[in-house]
Amino acid sequence: MVANPMASVSPPQAAGAERDLRLDLFRGVALWLIFLDHIPENIVSWITIRNYGFSDATEIFIFISGYTAAFVYGRTMLQRGFVLASARILRRAWQIYVAHIFLFTIFMAEIAYVAATFDNPLYAEEMKILDFLKQPDITIFQALLLKFKPVNMDVLPLYIVLLLLFPPTLFLLLRRPNVALTASAVLYAAAWKFDFNLPAYPAGVWFFNPFAWQLLFVFGAWCALGGAEKLGGVLRSPIIVTLAIAYLLFAFFITLTWHIESLDRFVPGWLAEWMYPIDKTNLDVLRFAHFLALAAVTVRFIPANWSGLNSPILRPAIRCGQHSLEIFCLGVFLAFAGQFIIAESAGGPLVQTAISVLGILIMVATANLISWYKSIEGRSALSRGKPPDADLAGGEV
Amino acid sequence: MTLIAALVASVALVQGAAAAETAPSCEVSESLLSANIDLTRVASSIKEHHRLDISVVGSASSALTGPDGARFAYPAQLEKALRERLPGNEIRVTAHIQSRQPTADMAASLAGIVKEDQPVLVIWQAGTVDAMRGVEPDDFRNSLDQGLDAIAAGNADVILMNMQYSPRTETMLNVSTYADVMRWVAEQRDILLFDRLAIMHYWSDEGIFDLYAPTNGYAMAHGVHECIGQALASQIISAGHFDADKLQTTR
Repeated sequence: MVANPMASVSPPQAAGAERDLRLDLFRGVALWLIFLDHIPENIVSWITIRNYGFSDATEIFIFISGYTAAFVYGRTMLQRGFVLASARILRRAWQIYVAHIFLFTIFMAEIAYVAATFDNPLYAEEMKILDFLKQPDITIFQALLLKFKPVNMDVLPLYIVLLLLFPPTLFLLLRRPNVALTASAVLYAAAWKFDFNLPAYPAGVWFFNPFAWQLLFVFGAWCALGGAEKLGGVLRSPIIVTLAIAYLLFAFFITLTWHIESLDRFVPGWLAEWMYPIDKTNLDVLRFAHFLALAAVTVRFIPANWSGLNSPILRPAIRCGQHSLEIFCLGVFLAFAGQFIIAESAGGPLVQTAISVLGILIMVATANLISWYKSIEGRSALSRGKPPDADLAGGEV
Repeated sequence: MTLIAALVASVALVQGAAAAETAPSCEVSESLLSANIDLTRVASSIKEHHRLDISVVGSASSALTGPDGARFAYPAQLEKALRERLPGNEIRVTAHIQSRQPTADMAASLAGIVKEDQPVLVIWQAGTVDAMRGVEPDDFRNSLDQGLDAIAAGNADVILMNMQYSPRTETMLNVSTYADVMRWVAEQRDILLFDRLAIMHYWSDEGIFDLYAPTNGYAMAHGVHECIGQALASQIISAGHFDADKLQTTR
């Protein structure tokens, strides 16, 4: 076996101390941004990064999820073997599946309500989207198969598929990390070249193509298993940082032209021809590069030992990032609920702002509650001599 | 010149709205209708033949159900608005509406429609059914290209129209991907896009129409379609660069 990247890692109980809080911080922030972006009519969503560059919070979320998955399950795989680590990964995938179906149920309740109360002849055509309510047998079955996915409920199914594929990927990553990363890049390229994706219901394909998005997840995992150190020198080189900043500025200008039409004429035709459309479904290279540039700049200017990470101002975001699955699901639910309230009250910017702020406060409060609960449970579990599971180390995936 | 045309258009828009019975305010922010793309065939048809034949191709959101729906839907409203604002010209708007028709089907039928109607302008409303069915954006784009080729081959100008702004179905129906494709195709081919999505959004934001309202009455639907007809007329007049003086002499 090649040099063991995780050999020096201490047992899980002590992991909290060495955990890179930047990951939790940015995942927490990403969860907030995803929540804000998921409310269709929300003035506050103007602050989210999708308006200032090519990539958005999804990239951050998937990358960090890959990073933490490798961090937590990599250690398990090395210490306890392939079978136990795989079992834990699959259990996690199952938890996410259950969470997804739970959210789907809430979504169905909302849809059924809209279908029963909203009957504007102006929207006779659009309301046909609710026709699936007439075939609950097929719809629910397709939802259980993850083929039928309401708008904004695409991230968790992606996550499930990524985790299902993760045991063998992690196995390879621990032994031949560069081979694993190359294989991932080849799969990404093949998905583009041969245009394959998972089928959706009633038609079309998955909004997030798992065969493309896996690259970000595997890249995150690769970074966690020693890749970040390998890249360290490169990332600190002034040339790379300059290039990254230049690219971020370029992307910023291009996104500006989407919002201010008069700027459009400054984008030369050949550039537009080459650049558009910037494909989210297949994780466009421009999006991936934008994320890399963001990450490079972030790593350069916010070191892991940055004292600000311990400041109480950032703690709410870090807490949210530490309980990402629960907070993500809560965010999706709150976005549903928030949108519902905005629609019912025909709420303007004031209501939208209030709902955005309130939603984030609820997310923070819940994250704190979960932390408290897990610390209590963790203590009693330890006192019974039960091995602590990944969640308790703050290493939740 | 363009400025004059736009001014005339906006004044006429306000007057037209004031004259209407239900009198909704059809005000549209100027940036939503401005475009530096010319409808040359429309312009020459008016100037040389004093007539304008328009075909509207679309799915159910280009029509209205209910008693006398066709009379209140925007194709008829457009005809009415153009007749009022381009007096002395013969205006004919023919609607080819079929519900549940994805863009691929419309694209296939466009060549026949153009041949049959011989229009100088085709208004092609697309996107809603594709969004509902989750048609692949690439396929959607190809269908648009195919249909636009057919329209160009039939020697007609074109206005592409996107979806309605429908706040109540936003969590179920992701139209933005398809709207982006349409914007992109329009830009690529240098054709006019009537941004119904943004215009209705504007009306909703300005409180001109309460698009969230769970009403089952027809008053609002009629009002919205009337305003779409008015706004379309404004866009056609502005992009046709009709010389105000010459129009006066044709009276």
